[in-house]
Amino acid sequence: MRSYLLAFSLLLLCLMFAGCTSASSTKHIPDELSGQLTLTGSSTIAPLATEIAMRFEQQHPNVRIDVQTGGSGKGIADVRQRVTDIGMASRPLASDEADLTAHQIAADGVGLIVHASNPVKELTPDQIIAIYTDKINNWKDVGGEDKEITVVHKAEGRATLEVFLGHFVIDNPSVKGDVIVGENEHAVKTVAGIKGAIGYVSIGTAEADIESGVLIRLLPLDGVAANTANVASGTFPMSRPLNLVTADSGSKLAGKFIQFCQSADVHDLVKSQYFVPITSESEIAK
Amino acid sequence: MRSDRTLTIVTRTLAVISAAIVVLVVGFLLRESTPALRQIGVSRFFTDASWHPRSGEFNLTPMIVATLVTSLGAIVVAAPMGIASAVFVNFYASRRLAAWHRTLIELLAGIPSVVFGLWGLVVLAPIVATFGGSGQNLFTATIVLGLMVLPTVALLSDAAIAALPREWIQGAAALGIGRSAIVGWIVLPGARRGIGSGIVLALTRALGETMAVLMLAGNIVEMPSSLLSPGRTLNANIALELGYASVGHRSVLFVSGLMLMLVVSAIIFLVSRQRGTRRDR
Amino acid sequence: MIDNGTVATAQHDRREFCVTVAVWCAAMSVIGVLIWILVDIAIGGLAEIDPGFLVEDVQNAGREGGIGPIILSTGLILVVCLTVSIPLSFGTAIALTERVGAETWFARNVRRSLDVLAGVPSIVFGLFGNAFFAMTLGLGYSILSGGLTLACMVLPILIRTSEQAIRAVPAEYRYAAAALGMKRTTIIFRVVIPVAMPTLAAGVVLSVGRALAETAALIFTSGYVARTPGSLLDSGRSLSVHIYDLAMNVPGGGSRAYATACVLVAILLGINMATSLLLRMTGLRHRSETGAAC
Repeated sequence: MRSYLLAFSLLLLCLMFAGCTSASSTKHIPDELSGQLTLTGSSTIAPLATEIAMRFEQQHPNVRIDVQTGGSGKGIADVRQRVTDIGMASRPLASDEADLTAHQIAADGVGLIVHASNPVKELTPDQIIAIYTDKINNWKDVGGEDKEITVVHKAEGRATLEVFLGHFVIDNPSVKGDVIVGENEHAVKTVAGIKGAIGYVSIGTAEADIESGVLIRLLPLDGVAANTANVASGTFPMSRPLNLVTADSGSKLAGKFIQFCQSADVHDLVKSQYFVPITSESEIAK
Repeated sequence: MRSDRTLTIVTRTLAVISAAIVVLVVGFLLRESTPALRQIGVSRFFTDASWHPRSGEFNLTPMIVATLVTSLGAIVVAAPMGIASAVFVNFYASRRLAAWHRTLIELLAGIPSVVFGLWGLVVLAPIVATFGGSGQNLFTATIVLGLMVLPTVALLSDAAIAALPREWIQGAAALGIGRSAIVGWIVLPGARRGIGSGIVLALTRALGETMAVLMLAGNIVEMPSSLLSPGRTLNANIALELGYASVGHRSVLFVSGLMLMLVVSAIIFLVSRQRGTRRDR
Repeated sequence: MIDNGTVATAQHDRREFCVTVAVWCAAMSVIGVLIWILVDIAIGGLAEIDPGFLVEDVQNAGREGGIGPIILSTGLILVVCLTVSIPLSFGTAIALTERVGAETWFARNVRRSLDVLAGVPSIVFGLFGNAFFAMTLGLGYSILSGGLTLACMVLPILIRTSEQAIRAVPAEYRYAAAALGMKRTTIIFRVVIPVAMPTLAAGVVLSVGRALAETAALIFTSGYVARTPGSLLDSGRSLSVHIYDLAMNVPGGGSRAYATACVLVAILLGINMATSLLLRMTGLRHRSETGAAC
């Protein structure tokens, strides 16, 4: 038995060290940029930031960028305490965060979704407010079938919620939801599973899911169709910015990286995550 | 003897380290929740009108109730099924079927809570929704939570039953006692310490579960009026709001974590008091 | 008993039948639900798996490429977790069961506090791990932080099962060994632990399952970086964090999430089989010897 245990532990040890081989590139290209950068914050921006960071690292092999999540609030708190270099926040800065600087790298529309089988084509702002404050309870009151409305709302503090409440001028305590969700995907799956449901999500997420066949439909707002093209051209009214946040004494490397994120070089990456690049150029074809 | 003393010292040191970890975690919770406790005071967490932290309302009671309902409900689901599963594997199944069953239950133990949550959301919730409502309510959450902690009960009961001296069972069979009677009168009472351990471990696991409950319980903060009402547990609350919370809000969320710890401590205390009265081997 | 034989036997048989049916129903429904979930995962993701998936790097936020670095990170986190928690928990369990039969005040309260620890939400553990291991001890977002945090989380499970396993060893074994003049250390390592091994193994298997399934704690400690880790101090994404990210954050990542879940289930199966193989090879009494014994 002892020899077996010994062999097993040796195997484990080998496995452990197998992973500790150093990184592949040993060529040292003389490059003016080197060092390490850490980003923390919103899990919405994290996939995009990771992709942009990978492209940046390819162009500057001596740089290493680590992206961590934890939420917009954590990102901003970490930047304040200088624990991280850049924070990721999927919302505009609040009034008590004026000591920090926000650099917008993309925009994300917020649209209403209903189940794909729901015959209702559009809802007026008043109807939406009434549905969300529990004054209208059945789809037949807004021109649909005789079915109860299941209201899907978001948790407090979320950027999508803030944008939604801000646009329709309601405060959170007056909203009476039937289900409260955390992430956008949660809302999408809920609405797709209940015929009489209505919710609001990031337009990018909704479009990606509709493409993969999920049974939801985006409702137009004020007559404007809800798609990323309209968010890009500015005609769609509800959207939120995706920001990289720095404290004023950001390092040179951080500055260069943020510049890269805002440049046209990464527009394809932004679009692949179903967000809207910030310049209002006309290339919106997907 | 010297090696005995070494053993005693080493093991006691390790035990103290384990206890120290508990102290550290509790200390961490206390440190993070003190600002809110000092500013808001304990009573408001039970008497405010609702839970809207951004508007200054901090009532935790509906969430405490939802936590208790889902966790205790999960045990009501998991304990009988887990014990039955252990009995099945040891006394009713052929050896190959028993091996398969054990393997499957061990797999169930390792499935991430996200996957359980997704399965519940996409498969179970629409089924429950046919009974009314959105399908995301305490009932769905309880069932899935029960499934998640079932392996704990099953595996530990199984180990406890398998560790029983075989002479007991053979002796009982020699006396002509039937299988169900052996199970009911000899095996289960004999293994009750292990089974009890499994249930307590499962209960604490259920109380600490976050992700799956978040996806399935509906997350509406109000007192549940029926099993099909939505509810929000204390853990789901922390997970939902922490990432987007300001400093003061964050401290309040840690208070709810502290509250959960108090609930868990109370339950543990009650359970261990009860078991303490039966002090045979 | 022979007088009212027929009535008693009929009642007896009926009861036997009912119990048998009940037990089979319970076991079958558990298996049924489990297979349902596994089939669901397989349908969702099996199509995406090919040999490249298991070794390639993560690309396009996980929607392309593979999960090679992630499997490696997960393995390392698991190794750190078990290396720390198994000795710690065995030692603690031995300390807690020092007095056979009676209970010290210390033992009782350590056990109670560990049970309370088991109820702490995983997200609080994550934040604790972040504050203590990553910040205070300076390890940063790293595999080491993640493994140590997970070790804290599985400690209650391991200690409880180890204690249970040691207590289940009949006291006569220990008395006999002591009568033969064995030292306490020898008794523990030569008599108690081998006899208790199947239950100890059950605890380890349960802990591995719990560790692999953990998401919230690892997001804040071992982190989100999907690169191949260069050392234990590098941040590394675990399988469960990857599944969560693909399912909830990355648009269009659903099928890859299921594929990763398939891989995770396969790895867990592998570890469990390895554990029982190890037990059998070392000749320790294996659980599967008890079957339908009566």
